Amino acid sequence: MTPLLNVQDLSIGFGTEKPVVQDVSFQVMPGETLALVGESGSGKTISCRAVLRILPEAAQIRSGSITFSSTQQGSTVDLLRQPERALRKVRGNHISMIFQEPMRSLSPLHRLGDQVSEVLLLHRDMNAARAKASVLETFERVGFPDPARVWRSYPFEMSGGMRQRAMIAMAMVAKPELLIADEPTTALDVTTQAQVLGLIKELQSETGMAVILVTHDLGVVANMAESVVVMNKGRVMERGPAEAVLSDPAHGYTQKLFAAAPMIPQVAAPARPETNDDPILQMRGVCKTYTMRAGGWRKPTLITACHEVNLTVQRGKTLAVVGESGSGKTTCARLALGAEPPDQGGEILFRATADAAPLKIHDMNAEDRIRFQRQAQMVFQDPYSSLSPRMRVGQALTEPMEIHDLGRKSERREKAAEMLRWVGLDPSMLSRYPHAFSGGQRQRLSIARALTLDPVLLVCDEPTSALDVSVQEQILCLLEDIRDRIGLSYLFISHDLAVVARIADEVAVMRQGVIVEQAPPDTLFYNPRHPYTCALIAAQPEPDISRPINLELVSKGAGSPATWPEAFRFEGVAAPALTELEPGHKVRCHV
Amino acid sequence: MKQLPDGRFVDETPWSDDADLSAPERSDMDAPNWLLVWRKFRRHRLGLISGLFLLICYLILPIAGFIAPYTANERSAEYLYAPPQSINLWHEGQFIGPYVYPTTATADLENFRWTYETDTTRPMPLQFFCEGAEYRLLGFIPSDTHLFCAPEGATIFLWGSDRLGRDVFSRILYGAQLSLTVGLIGITVSFALGIFFGAIAGYFGGKTDWFINRVIEVLRSLPELPLWLALSAAVPSNWGPVAVFFIISIILGILDWPGLARAVRSKFLSLREEEYVRAAEMMGAKPGRVIRRHLLPNFMSHLIASATLSIPAMILGETALSFLGLGLRAPAVSWGVMLNDAQNLASIEIYPWTAIPMLPIIFVVLAFNFLGDGLRASLDPYKS
Repeated sequence: MTPLLNVQDLSIGFGTEKPVVQDVSFQVMPGETLALVGESGSGKTISCRAVLRILPEAAQIRSGSITFSSTQQGSTVDLLRQPERALRKVRGNHISMIFQEPMRSLSPLHRLGDQVSEVLLLHRDMNAARAKASVLETFERVGFPDPARVWRSYPFEMSGGMRQRAMIAMAMVAKPELLIADEPTTALDVTTQAQVLGLIKELQSETGMAVILVTHDLGVVANMAESVVVMNKGRVMERGPAEAVLSDPAHGYTQKLFAAAPMIPQVAAPARPETNDDPILQMRGVCKTYTMRAGGWRKPTLITACHEVNLTVQRGKTLAVVGESGSGKTTCARLALGAEPPDQGGEILFRATADAAPLKIHDMNAEDRIRFQRQAQMVFQDPYSSLSPRMRVGQALTEPMEIHDLGRKSERREKAAEMLRWVGLDPSMLSRYPHAFSGGQRQRLSIARALTLDPVLLVCDEPTSALDVSVQEQILCLLEDIRDRIGLSYLFISHDLAVVARIADEVAVMRQGVIVEQAPPDTLFYNPRHPYTCALIAAQPEPDISRPINLELVSKGAGSPATWPEAFRFEGVAAPALTELEPGHKVRCHV
Repeated sequence: MKQLPDGRFVDETPWSDDADLSAPERSDMDAPNWLLVWRKFRRHRLGLISGLFLLICYLILPIAGFIAPYTANERSAEYLYAPPQSINLWHEGQFIGPYVYPTTATADLENFRWTYETDTTRPMPLQFFCEGAEYRLLGFIPSDTHLFCAPEGATIFLWGSDRLGRDVFSRILYGAQLSLTVGLIGITVSFALGIFFGAIAGYFGGKTDWFINRVIEVLRSLPELPLWLALSAAVPSNWGPVAVFFIISIILGILDWPGLARAVRSKFLSLREEEYVRAAEMMGAKPGRVIRRHLLPNFMSHLIASATLSIPAMILGETALSFLGLGLRAPAVSWGVMLNDAQNLASIEIYPWTAIPMLPIIFVVLAFNFLGDGLRASLDPYKS
């Protein structure tokens, strides 16, 4: 059988530098899903964009060929040697594409219906009425309950997942033979990701189109792909059938990726409940509401970011707060650090040492605050923006000590150098600028900066979610090392249950400002009780072909609380109380 | 590529996983911000040329008197409205170095205008490093040496002479001293005000922000020209030209700061969201420190670019005021004052060279715009 798309020896470079994509070859069979896997900078996006020739202006295709053999027309063309006009007939018609950012890939000024039907008006000699009928049908197909309303709405009225569905509808409406999906689910929450992946798979089996799926997540690959191309630094490391590659990776790089991929462990027994009680940070009945001014004469609306949060971080342990976007987990972190005051009535207590008098974070004076800031520090999410580009590494690392007026200049530098060694870096970096370093190195730098004040509590706000998996693994190891070395306590915020599984001693699952379930990870994974927790666990893509995502479980828990089983059901904010079902395992349910 | 029995292809090049943790990934980024900006700006041809042009212009200012063959208010009573003269090198096929032909003026009593006749038989070589009228080098060293001047019995009006027989070329050089610096002084005033108000509005937000924004809007809603007129009419008429000049630049600055304050404010608002600013706040840095150490350095380059783009407005403002006779007044020389002489349409038609001061204005304003544009394009060197 002739492959639908045949990429041969493709090399792409910028300017006079050495190629960023080098001798890449792969084939896509009709109806097959091919996954291009790699970390950032591996050239996976550039190679799949070369198929439609939508490369950045400075990129030059140095060699190779991309032949597309349409089964509908029975013709074979080399896409790299087609004139621009002919290529326009292929784009959107035979080959269509889904982009990573659903927030930015739809035009904010056009109604969704008009945007999607444009493809038909361009490629399929259709009149507006027939195009509309066809688009409405596609909208229904991709899972919109009310297609007519979607037709009329603007992208900003939709959530991320809904927009990505609309993107898929746009890509599918002309019934292409090949769909290129460039990280289609990276910007989405894990439960939404599961549903979108399920949708792509379903549409594919229905229409028989082939899919190129660009991703960095081996779990997604295991769930979707029939064949895999693993790329690293612009070169193909390994390619072949998914089953073979995933069950027994042959290349060292693939093996490394597998070792680093976070997994939810399969647990044989629940954890034994923790007995010693030495809390370093306690949040009691903490609520946080924001007033959003609606503008004009309308009444301001109240938004609840956190509702009745009770959390305790034990000394030397890690408490992880897990939730999807908008769940209020970051607000929790900010409250814990005293960056914002909680609503009246909430209490946040901090004990620097076991026998110290508790410090009231919710009600600090200036002196307390300075004392507290030395003992509690934060590690941020985005390593690219957490270090000022104008400061040398040394300046950034000595700044906290400068602010608190600790030590002399030489002592500060000494301390900064020591912290660099702690995070596995060389002190010679002190005189360099942060922009010379990779994301992982910079995250180490910002951990080092947080440590310079010798804190006892570290709040980590998604410290690994902007990093590649192999780097994520290293950073998690580092955080564990440091915790055990100096007895730090962590409040760890994450959206990823699998990341939390390895580092946390206790996990709290948050959903829309409410903690729905709280337990040590082993207990949680052994016996998840709440439907939302079950959905999160089920939606986690595992790099194991034998454990596909259970979409039914996902949709059961990810929906609105009104659709949950009787015991967990509630409406509005009148959630049932957090009940301790077994020692150390709390679930929000009616008992 | 090696094919395995199960149909897989595996890369054969030896692969190892021993990355040096401390090795910089992008050594090209390991440089202070200004160096990165310069590297990027260097590729911006038009901006670079404009920058060089402006640099030369400003370097000439202190030695304008040396380069100009005449001083600003030196009259040649027999040469009113003399047309531009050219400097030649060859006379009748023979090289004799730079020279001019002498001209003589006759009054055309039929059309009531001056006509000039050139005597092309007598080439008169220019003199170099010659003695002429006295001027002050760098503003304080008295000197009477000029780079070049006309030989005895001839004149050198490169761009003609004006109504009173003053050399337009020399006056443009002298005028540049005021016209080009008024922009800098004005921009300094508006910079100071703009950064101060923009920074407190952007950083503290809330009521402060609201109040400053309203003040900006009120200032912006005032019609500019009448306000200039009113303010400059308030300058006592017995003040010397230099005092008037300072007042004019400060007035221009005071009216210009709201635009800059808005730019500063919006940049502050976006920079505040950067995590390094949050990090500094979490470390316990006070607002003053956050603004000085984190916010200002990171948007200084933006400020410089927007300042570069607003200098032309200052220069044009001075020109407009002086053109209307409300800014600088004779005997001060600026490009606007010179154009004041060209207000009469009839004289422009007969003696078009009196409008030549427009050319340096156009070139300087364009150069500032190109330079500012080039700077703006290279401000963010971290995005590739």
